[in-house]
Amino acid sequence: MVTEKDVEHIGELADIGIDTAELATFTGQFNAIVEYFDVLDRVQGDDAVTRDLYNVLRDDVVEPSLSQDEATRNAGAREDGFIKAPRVM
Amino acid sequence: MAVHTINFEPDDRYNAFLKVCAKPSHGEGKLVGIAIAVKDNISTQGIETTCASKILKGYVPPYDAHAVGLIKNAGAAVAGKTNMDEFGMGTSTENSAFGPTLNPRDTGRVPGGSSGGSAAVVAAGMVRMALGTDTGGSIRCPAAFCGIVGLKPTYGRVSRYGLIAYANSLETIGPMATNVADVSLLMSVIAGHDRKDTTSHDKPYDHTPSGDINGLRIGVPEEYFGKGVDPEVAAVVRRAIGRLEDLGASTVPCSIPSMEYALAAYYVICTSEASSNLARFDGVRYGPAADTRKSWHAAYQDVRKQGFGPEVRRRIMLGTFALSSGYYGKYYAKAQIARENVRKDFARLFQDVDVLCGPTMPMIAFKLGEKSDPLSMYLSDILTVPVNLAGIPAISVPCGKVQGMPVGLQVMGRPFEDERVIDVAYAYEQAVKP
Repeated sequence: MVTEKDVEHIGELADIGIDTAELATFTGQFNAIVEYFDVLDRVQGDDAVTRDLYNVLRDDVVEPSLSQDEATRNAGAREDGFIKAPRVM
Repeated sequence: MAVHTINFEPDDRYNAFLKVCAKPSHGEGKLVGIAIAVKDNISTQGIETTCASKILKGYVPPYDAHAVGLIKNAGAAVAGKTNMDEFGMGTSTENSAFGPTLNPRDTGRVPGGSSGGSAAVVAAGMVRMALGTDTGGSIRCPAAFCGIVGLKPTYGRVSRYGLIAYANSLETIGPMATNVADVSLLMSVIAGHDRKDTTSHDKPYDHTPSGDINGLRIGVPEEYFGKGVDPEVAAVVRRAIGRLEDLGASTVPCSIPSMEYALAAYYVICTSEASSNLARFDGVRYGPAADTRKSWHAAYQDVRKQGFGPEVRRRIMLGTFALSSGYYGKYYAKAQIARENVRKDFARLFQDVDVLCGPTMPMIAFKLGEKSDPLSMYLSDILTVPVNLAGIPAISVPCGKVQGMPVGLQVMGRPFEDERVIDVAYAYEQAVKP
């Protein structure tokens, strides 16, 4: 059973910005979906997913790439060719 | 290379295009002058790419997706960007921030999703071909609902470079068109190795469809005709499989026991990957700007609350939940085991049969607004998601009608046997050609 408090907590973890008014709807939908997920309790076996490619890496050498202007052009806020972000500290 | 332009002025009565390129240029090649529509989660240099989300409004990619570069090099003209469920999350194209796309066969119904715009522009004859993407059925479902052909290639056969990620272990770019030959032609251009995609395989596709299926062994999984599948849809598809028998194929009844939990596993995995992939949308590098005067979390939450629609927020939260401490073992870890069981079920069946056939969707296109609760929408993906979990190729080809609406025959094949599913679809298409 997922509670409104759980959904509020998940909303915080995911930085999704959730209103108190939305909590009841999301919680109701969550419970229906999570109840459906319970069918996974019946899964047998313990095999890991088979993968056919591992650690595909290239040599660590500089290659042509976007210019600074191209790479920052879509940013909402720029300063001196850099992307401006909200303060972390 | 000579550069030409075409005039492209589609009569889009279905809200299928998010952006139309009125005079697209093109060069020479095997797609010379063909107008191709591109789903809006595939990056196009210089053309706004939004994933049908407010959070990417105004985003203009500085580079082309690998597949887009390939079609341009082959002479195609990028005709525009098509509507979709926001970030590919949906089965109806109703979850677009820019309004739903209507089904050209019946405008009171959905076109399917999430590549509903791409299917609609092809079905309405606005373009000859389109690129879609398929994470859990997003090419095959709208192909079935709109009465066109759509191929979900083997995972790794078409580069995902420039495809804006939603559930990267499941999704792929693929071709859509009105007929199998065009789907095959477009596939021949977009398939092949790309070093910029670490999951890319070196398996080019150079195939001319053949209608000879004499001796082909077809598995018919009982789950594709069981509970939850409209009996009228099932009957149309059984008749289509009968036509394949007339052409010399034999059928074998079979079962995919892991389908009991495949849909749940799919939704746990896709939402978990979404919660991680969509963390990048924070208003800093692209999209509407974050308020840099606010604290990090407050600014983030403002942008994401206003920018993401309800289904995207729901899936990000579901994924965050499935990966959170105390629930990881119960949901995510179990879903990964379930995924391997699905893969093994297919591998076992493909020892005895060459392809599997069944309906693409358990019903015809539903009415706009008909499926209002999320779980009932998710359940309609039951016949398409197993293919994505296993990474195998599958095609949807029109095979008849129910209540005047198209029904899709789904043909699923062994990994990297995209050619074979193309051939089976082609054989059927040629056999029923008027």
